Amino acid sequence: MDNLFNRKYIVQGLFIVVALILVGQLFYIQVASDRYFLSANSNVLRKKYTFPARGVILDRNNKVIVQNEPVYDLMVTPNLVKEFDTLAFCNIIGIDMKGFHKRFDKARNQSRYQRSVFEKQLSVQTYAALQERLSRFPGFETQNRTVRHYPDSIAGQFFGYVKEVSAKDIEDSEGYYRPGDYIGKSGVEREYNDVLRGERGVENTIYNAKNVPQGSYLDGKFDTLAVSGETLISSLNIDIQKLGEQLMHNKVGSIVAIEPSTGEVLAFVSSPTYDPNLMVGRQQGNNYMDIFRQPNRPFTVRPLSGYYSPGSSFKPLDALLGLQEGVIDPNTTFNCPGYYWAGNHQVKCEHVDGNISLRKGLARSCNTYACYVFQKLMTQKKFKNKIEAYDSWEAKVRKFGLGSKLDLDMPFERKGRLFTSEEYTKRFGKYWGYTTIISLAIGQGEMSATPLQMANIMAIIANRGYYMKPHLIKGIGDKKNVRKEYLTKNYVDVDTRHFEPVIDGMQDAVNAPYGTARASAIPDILFCGKTGTVQNPHGKNHSVFIGFAPRDNPKIAIAVIVENAGYGGSYAAPIASYMTEKYLTGKLSGNRGERAEWMKKQVILPDMPKPKVKLPPYQADSVKPAPVQQPVNQLTSIN
Amino acid sequence: MSTQQGGRFFFNVDWITILIYIALCAVGFVNIYASIYNPDNSTLFNFSSNYGKQLVFIITALILGFSILLMDAKFFSVFSPIVYGITMLLLVAVLLVGRKVAGNQAWIPLGSFRLQPSELAKFGTALLLARYVSSFNPKFRDFKSIMFAALIVLFPLMLIMLQPDTGSALVFLSFMFPLYREGLSGYFLLIFLGMIVLFIADFLLPITLIIPVILVIGGIFIYQNRRKQKVMFSIILTTIVAIAYLFVVRVAYEKVLEPHQRTRIEIMLGQKTDPKGAGYNVIQSKIAIGSGQITGRGFLEGTQTKYGYVPEQSTDFIFSTIGEEWGFVGCTVVVALYLFLLLRLINLAERQRSTFSRVYGYCVASIVFFHFFINIGMTIGIIPVIGIPLPFISYGGSSLWSFTVLLFIFLKLDSNRMGFI
Repeated sequence: MDNLFNRKYIVQGLFIVVALILVGQLFYIQVASDRYFLSANSNVLRKKYTFPARGVILDRNNKVIVQNEPVYDLMVTPNLVKEFDTLAFCNIIGIDMKGFHKRFDKARNQSRYQRSVFEKQLSVQTYAALQERLSRFPGFETQNRTVRHYPDSIAGQFFGYVKEVSAKDIEDSEGYYRPGDYIGKSGVEREYNDVLRGERGVENTIYNAKNVPQGSYLDGKFDTLAVSGETLISSLNIDIQKLGEQLMHNKVGSIVAIEPSTGEVLAFVSSPTYDPNLMVGRQQGNNYMDIFRQPNRPFTVRPLSGYYSPGSSFKPLDALLGLQEGVIDPNTTFNCPGYYWAGNHQVKCEHVDGNISLRKGLARSCNTYACYVFQKLMTQKKFKNKIEAYDSWEAKVRKFGLGSKLDLDMPFERKGRLFTSEEYTKRFGKYWGYTTIISLAIGQGEMSATPLQMANIMAIIANRGYYMKPHLIKGIGDKKNVRKEYLTKNYVDVDTRHFEPVIDGMQDAVNAPYGTARASAIPDILFCGKTGTVQNPHGKNHSVFIGFAPRDNPKIAIAVIVENAGYGGSYAAPIASYMTEKYLTGKLSGNRGERAEWMKKQVILPDMPKPKVKLPPYQADSVKPAPVQQPVNQLTSIN
Repeated sequence: MSTQQGGRFFFNVDWITILIYIALCAVGFVNIYASIYNPDNSTLFNFSSNYGKQLVFIITALILGFSILLMDAKFFSVFSPIVYGITMLLLVAVLLVGRKVAGNQAWIPLGSFRLQPSELAKFGTALLLARYVSSFNPKFRDFKSIMFAALIVLFPLMLIMLQPDTGSALVFLSFMFPLYREGLSGYFLLIFLGMIVLFIADFLLPITLIIPVILVIGGIFIYQNRRKQKVMFSIILTTIVAIAYLFVVRVAYEKVLEPHQRTRIEIMLGQKTDPKGAGYNVIQSKIAIGSGQITGRGFLEGTQTKYGYVPEQSTDFIFSTIGEEWGFVGCTVVVALYLFLLLRLINLAERQRSTFSRVYGYCVASIVFFHFFINIGMTIGIIPVIGIPLPFISYGGSSLWSFTVLLFIFLKLDSNRMGFI
């Protein structure tokens, strides 16, 4: 043993330190970090996705209204591509060499080893031409997908459209969506996207270092098959939907028809419309812009987001509230000299009927009668002041679904407009009274309703006091599940007995010789309704009609709005009657068929805005409503 | 050789070391099997496959090892100059007739078998160095003996550099440890360490930062030794040399090293990433090891291993198989086995009465340590890629046999430690 013996410890100490360094680094890469574990999986696993077919949508009679058509995405795996006849290849898929290089570089930048889309949605013909020669183009393959096809080319706004997911959709989905997936962007496709989309299938294949497949990962333990989306049964009746769109052709407006007993929407027409097939396939983007640029905004879903003053079609509500509150009874008459004095201004009436009863007042749409009822409602003794009176009135009107959303199963519904007393105080200051807001009596003023809300009011009257929430999809999947909320009755707190006198008036409006819509009576069917001619500050009056039929045990409640078409009785009422008759009997009787054909040919389009007027910027999708009808304080409602 | 002698000889052999040796060989066989395992074609044990060959190598290595135990201990000391001479001749021969494999002219073909003289040169050098140091106990204070010892080491190192096989050549630096133990000044180790630290610092930090740091450190030392003029002078000299080194090493780095070697160093230091080129091996090796996590994927379950993501996996990168299939636990066990073996070898060396045996023992421990550190460090990315095998575990006959011979000569010397050599 010499003094150098101690150096043994230095050498051994060095060995120990090095071993600890190695173990430390091993701990870091094996235990502390999972980065390498994830990299290992992405080394070995390639996921191949199979895309599910979206759910089919049926109409209420189980007729297919949306189905799927095969298309083929051309995929490329850049590192498998060898030299080939690019010119021939480009000719088949219809691109030039520049386009080829652009696409190929894009794919190569994504990944050399993972396949990515080279060209989307080849048609069946291109696919067939390509498939024959695909073996000459190593690295390229096709992948089946399906796109939507609409056999009847109708109900564009109802369906909405399907589009490839955006970066934001992917982010919002928290990992569900991958680039290339489809998602419903509007309409029913959007609302029921989770049900319709189905489940993607995945095949996990192991690849070795030379990128040669080595079979299924863990014997397919994590593989799944694509599951098609669920079938939806819509409430639409495709026959009257089609008729409605034809009747509204070259007109701007909406038709909403509801089955009162269930709340199922039978027709959902928004005009102008577009062929939903245009929103499918490779031309989707171009077509979208074309449709988008059209005047009168076909993407606007007017039944949900169009704001219209209800106009005279509000008058049945006046009567119902008056009867319920006891300020009038069915025999009450008022004197109509052709106008009504509200403080210092006049509400004009179309007719001079002298003493007029409730029934005739409704049938002839007497403004004076409506104003008197409103006056009586607002000046009841039980109220301490006008605020209390108005709040009470507003609450009752809201019960009918005005001023709030009806929660239709469709995105972008708007809630309409109904002022609170605070809003009036804000607008008029301290001094306002029923005379200030008398226009509400005739459905004008600070009140806007969507066509859906108007149709729903008709359903309430048809049901004599309640409504079922309107909805477009009546059954989901094979079990035809119905959302629970669609099975409960929503009462409006007006007694059933008060409805009959009002319905009497509405029956006369269509069927009595002095009614405003007598030309729209349907043979052998008691069609009850109410016309409206709505003031439009931007141009000609809008033609409005709401109605239901038959009087007993009603099957259909309907609201029709034709913009700029003048009297309610001239356009809206006949259209509603054709729809109703077609729905109830399956045909149009007598010469009514010819008259419907005449109606289809009518062109009623608003004047184009003058070129110097710059249009406000459009918003994407159908969020933007039709131009809001700014009520004007000039208080004339005709009819 | 009488039966009495034989009995005593088996009694004296350090069986613990032999057990660790066998354990490491077994770890090697299992993991080579896994590295080559092909799920489609795994039914028969096949002697023509690499794991079959490795089994043959292990068996022959054991025979070789036990034959060495039967030899006379004096032989190694006496014939060490001849062994050294033969291995040097082989190193020269390989430069003339050797076959080029992967850019290195390191192999002499012998029928179906290839000989790698650089492996043999390790124990040839170890033997002569032990003989030289033990011959007159120089204590390494005089310049002449240091030079001669350095010559013994540097001559084979140079020959191997000519192949060029930098990895194997670097292994010869490990002979610094036995020389240190025998009295070589610790400053040599410190200077060597300092050169490495400065080299790395030169890479990672701006030179405008390093020079002031060196000057400050030098200043502190000068202040502490301000009364010792002689020491002060050497400190100033060291400081100047250190700064000069910074510039010299830059030039040397560009001129001496091959481009691929530079790339490997830059990748290790994180200055460069090249996942598809030079960095591929290390990245894939780290991925494989890292994906083993705590307990590993299990025997034959490693996907990176099975599907060939790590190149050279049964030879230089065998540790990645261990890492993937046996996880942190398995890796720690292997590191612990090596550490135990190394500490054991040092302890055995220290119990030798003869300087020859002790120096030789240190040589063995140092060579195994160097391989162990460089190889595992390389697979986990803390050492640049240097292609040297993991002792007893990596696939390959030359490597296994030379380590076996290296180790068993020492075990023989140890079993005979009471005798005179």
